Amino acid sequence: MNYFAGEYDAVVIGAGHAGIEAALAAARLGCKTAVFTINMDAVGNCPCNPSIGGTAKGHLVRELDALGGEMGKTADECFLQSRMLNRGKGPAVHSLRAQIDRRKYSEVMKHKLELQENLELRQAEITDIKKTGDGYELTTQMLAVYRTKTVIIATGTYLGGRIFVGEVSYESGPDGIFPATKLGQSLKELGLPLRRFKTGTPARVLRRSIDFSELEVQEGDDPPEPFSYETRELGDNKVVCHISWTNDATKQIILENIHRSPLYAGKIEGVGPRYCPSFEDKIMRFGDKPRHQLFIEPCGENTEEMYLQGMSSSLPEEVQLKFYHTIRGLENCVIMRPAYAIEYDCVDPTAMLPTLEFKSFEGLYGAGQFNGSSGYEEAAAQGLIAGINAARKVLGKEQIILTRDSSYIGTLIDDLVTKGANEPYRMMTSRSEYRLVLRQDNADERLTPLGHEIGLIGEERYRRFLDKQEQKRAEIKRLKTTVISPTEEVNRILVSRETSEITTGVRLIELMKRPQLDYEALAPVDTQRPELDKNVMEQVQIEIKYEGYIGKQLKQVEQVKKLENKKLPQSFDYREIKGLRLEAQEKLNKIKPLSIGQASRISGVSPADVSVLLIWLASRKGQ
Amino acid sequence: MKEKTIAAISTAQGEGGIGVIRISGEASPQIADRVFKNINGRRLSEMKGYTAAFGKVFFEGEELDEAVALVFRAPHSYTGEDVVELSCHGGVYITKQVLRAVLDAGAVPAEAGEFTKRAFLNGKLDLTEAEAVIDLIGAKNRSAARSAMYVKDGALRKKISGVKDELLSLTAHLSAWADYPEEDIAEVDDRMITETCVSASLKLERLLDSYDVGQAVREGIDTVIAGRPNVGKSTLMNLLSGCEKSIVTDIPGTTRDVVEDTVNLGSVMLRLSDTAGLRDTGDKVEKIGVDRAKKRLEQCGLLLAVFDNSRELDKDDEELLKYSKDVPSIAVINKTDLENKLDINKIKEYINKIVYISAANGEGRDDIIEAVESIAGTNRFDPAEGILSNERQRSNVVNALRAVEEARQALESGFTYDAVTVSLEDAISELLEMTGEKTSEEVLDRVFHNFCVGK
Repeated sequence: MNYFAGEYDAVVIGAGHAGIEAALAAARLGCKTAVFTINMDAVGNCPCNPSIGGTAKGHLVRELDALGGEMGKTADECFLQSRMLNRGKGPAVHSLRAQIDRRKYSEVMKHKLELQENLELRQAEITDIKKTGDGYELTTQMLAVYRTKTVIIATGTYLGGRIFVGEVSYESGPDGIFPATKLGQSLKELGLPLRRFKTGTPARVLRRSIDFSELEVQEGDDPPEPFSYETRELGDNKVVCHISWTNDATKQIILENIHRSPLYAGKIEGVGPRYCPSFEDKIMRFGDKPRHQLFIEPCGENTEEMYLQGMSSSLPEEVQLKFYHTIRGLENCVIMRPAYAIEYDCVDPTAMLPTLEFKSFEGLYGAGQFNGSSGYEEAAAQGLIAGINAARKVLGKEQIILTRDSSYIGTLIDDLVTKGANEPYRMMTSRSEYRLVLRQDNADERLTPLGHEIGLIGEERYRRFLDKQEQKRAEIKRLKTTVISPTEEVNRILVSRETSEITTGVRLIELMKRPQLDYEALAPVDTQRPELDKNVMEQVQIEIKYEGYIGKQLKQVEQVKKLENKKLPQSFDYREIKGLRLEAQEKLNKIKPLSIGQASRISGVSPADVSVLLIWLASRKGQ
Repeated sequence: MKEKTIAAISTAQGEGGIGVIRISGEASPQIADRVFKNINGRRLSEMKGYTAAFGKVFFEGEELDEAVALVFRAPHSYTGEDVVELSCHGGVYITKQVLRAVLDAGAVPAEAGEFTKRAFLNGKLDLTEAEAVIDLIGAKNRSAARSAMYVKDGALRKKISGVKDELLSLTAHLSAWADYPEEDIAEVDDRMITETCVSASLKLERLLDSYDVGQAVREGIDTVIAGRPNVGKSTLMNLLSGCEKSIVTDIPGTTRDVVEDTVNLGSVMLRLSDTAGLRDTGDKVEKIGVDRAKKRLEQCGLLLAVFDNSRELDKDDEELLKYSKDVPSIAVINKTDLENKLDINKIKEYINKIVYISAANGEGRDDIIEAVESIAGTNRFDPAEGILSNERQRSNVVNALRAVEEARQALESGFTYDAVTVSLEDAISELLEMTGEKTSEEVLDRVFHNFCVGK
């Protein structure tokens, strides 16, 4: 018998990386919130790589932190080794990545949820969702019925999850946890457009069975940098990673057994990500490449499980063992958990607004892999925005939309709801047209004022942020007014850095502009320099050196804004505009873009269609 | 969307053989019926598309003119709407009266570019086509019209996409290299970037060069005929234009003002100005003419310097030779039917293109054509090649070129590749804008600003 079990402002289905941020945000903004997980020991689980961040993902974590999210702080607390990727390739593409202790991460996150005021963490499978007059009614498999004003679906790979290992296949969530088998049907009945996606993970092997003696070691940064603007002290790196390579023998085994891959045998209907392919995919698609790199990463401090990054596979367990054994260092490795592919239900994200609320269901939000993305960081980013907007819906406040020029988070969400996802969506720096503006070092400058306004950044932290901004302003002013005389010492430094000598007094800022010079080089002659925050120095340096390029991108932002400000009607049948191509009419009717800017990013809406829309909009106004 | 029915005169305003009044919109047949009486009594609103009727146009009860009415039915018309075109006798007065009659019958005056705007909104034209329409309307000779047609057919687009693809594959490599630091993606190095930039710059520069030739084809070349009095300038002008435009007498100083004409010479159009003969003169009126001629000389795109074969070089001739150093020039030696007294070698020191004619006998026109084509570069000009045809396209290419150069400079001064990428992406975006693969409001404004009423 069903029983009434409680009433909430916001209910979050799923306590993965999206669910956690959504639940914390909603609760912190004052909503009575519940978060449901299928398994209490799987809160904040990292079923794939034991690391947080990476190219563009590191940006997302910094932005989350700047807005008041939790991922960055927890990653810092659980960090094992940290590296800033792409040093030397330019500040736009610097990205932080940290190896983390995945069990600890899960435990810390769970504890944070437990301690959070207004938040209840419960173990239950939601099996049914119904729209009621002013909200939703959720039923668990224990027949408990909860009423709520808003719902955030963050089911990850649990929704209709099915695991594939060679010829073997069974219903399952990740890491052997049982899947959500009934909710999918209920969501379909509600009218959500669901489809199947696929992802996969490599095997975990026993550390003692690996021969590290001939493997290349990958050390962390010294000193390592934290994700969170609030983390003061990170401590030293605790582990190293190792690098190895596949070879021709590995390739031969794949080729001999490819018919046993469920993907190539046609058993998996879900679409997998191109950019994070299984190893057999790499072999089949890049057959002429003689070898592929892999990373051997520890899963935690108190475990001997090692993660084989780059070696994801859905081949049979025996084949996995065979091909792993061809790899240097892994000749005798013991598999603790086999690699697998997992197929799951997710939604077509174009059914959502850029607020992550479903267009046809007020108060219903989606986040994370359920929205067609991939990756912990992408999930967390959406979770935060969905949580904020659900809370604001309850509080009767205006919804928040992050623009593409504000953040990678905004870019991610805009891509999802505008272009949709044909494969699990992963964040990349090349997805942002404003890379030099949206840097990982200035995430706080871009987003902390908004985080404060929303209410997730406390007064003390905000004051610290303002102080830092003030320090930055003062420092730029100092550089502009300080004149360096052409002394022998100065010119010795200039020559040693292979840049031209000075003959008259030059303002410090002019020297700083030279690509060859930086704070470190100028220290001996910059005697009046005050004590500066490390991050301030970094930002000042980048802004001075890249001023021209940053200015260019800001100009583009302004131009694009003009199109973003051209609002399109929400109830209009685009078939009435004959000049639009059929495909464009259909796409526009489906997505109902909020502005010409958004319309221009819909795939299937060509520039010619956009021109038609612009002229149509102009002549409409004229009438 | 209910659109009003619009009307305008869609032929050039002036004395022409025929004037066309175009009416477009749902009510156009009914409106036309109110002013046009078919000779066989059949109403235009009952006629099918692609049909014609002969009849008379009435205004306020009076017969205005005879006219042919062409009926087009949506969507098979220029605008994609129902269209009636009334072709009446040309002439400013008549066409204006017919238009007035049509407006009184219920049509509203078309705004600038409105027919094309509607055609565009109804999917009859895309942006680059719309732009080519402007060029086609504006085309003053056959070469220009042909090159406008080729723009429509995408020759230019093909040329641009060569450069674009080159830049795109470089930026794609740069992105992959940045986004996958741990995959063994081939390193990008300075040489690779420089090579691509150099190659792209070269192609863009070549395209820009073609603009001047294209301009010569499209707009014609500002050409000045100059020489001392009575050397035969006006005779030459008439030889080129094929009719008596300049008054020819044997009295020096007959041509006092600048006489202008436009002639098509082979593949190129010359906007000819016949000028007063260069000489020091006491005559006030003539002096103004001479000053004007000198001014023209400094600004022209081509100088036809005329010399008299039967006389020695004098001071005025030498002054003309000095002018010729600063502008593309052809020395035209006239009166070759008379005995040679002219020092040709002296002229050759200044001008290397020399053509001998006898204007009086009508000889030498073909030689002039050849010389003009070779100077304008139009003899090497193949409209099928795809050339830049207007300022908008030119400015996109100039900006793209500048961006590519910036990328190179960034590299040279030691900037990281993310900064270099910003410039490369700028260049790509300019090229996308040019070919219409990217839209910005500015582009639309610029394009539609150019439409004249009627088209």
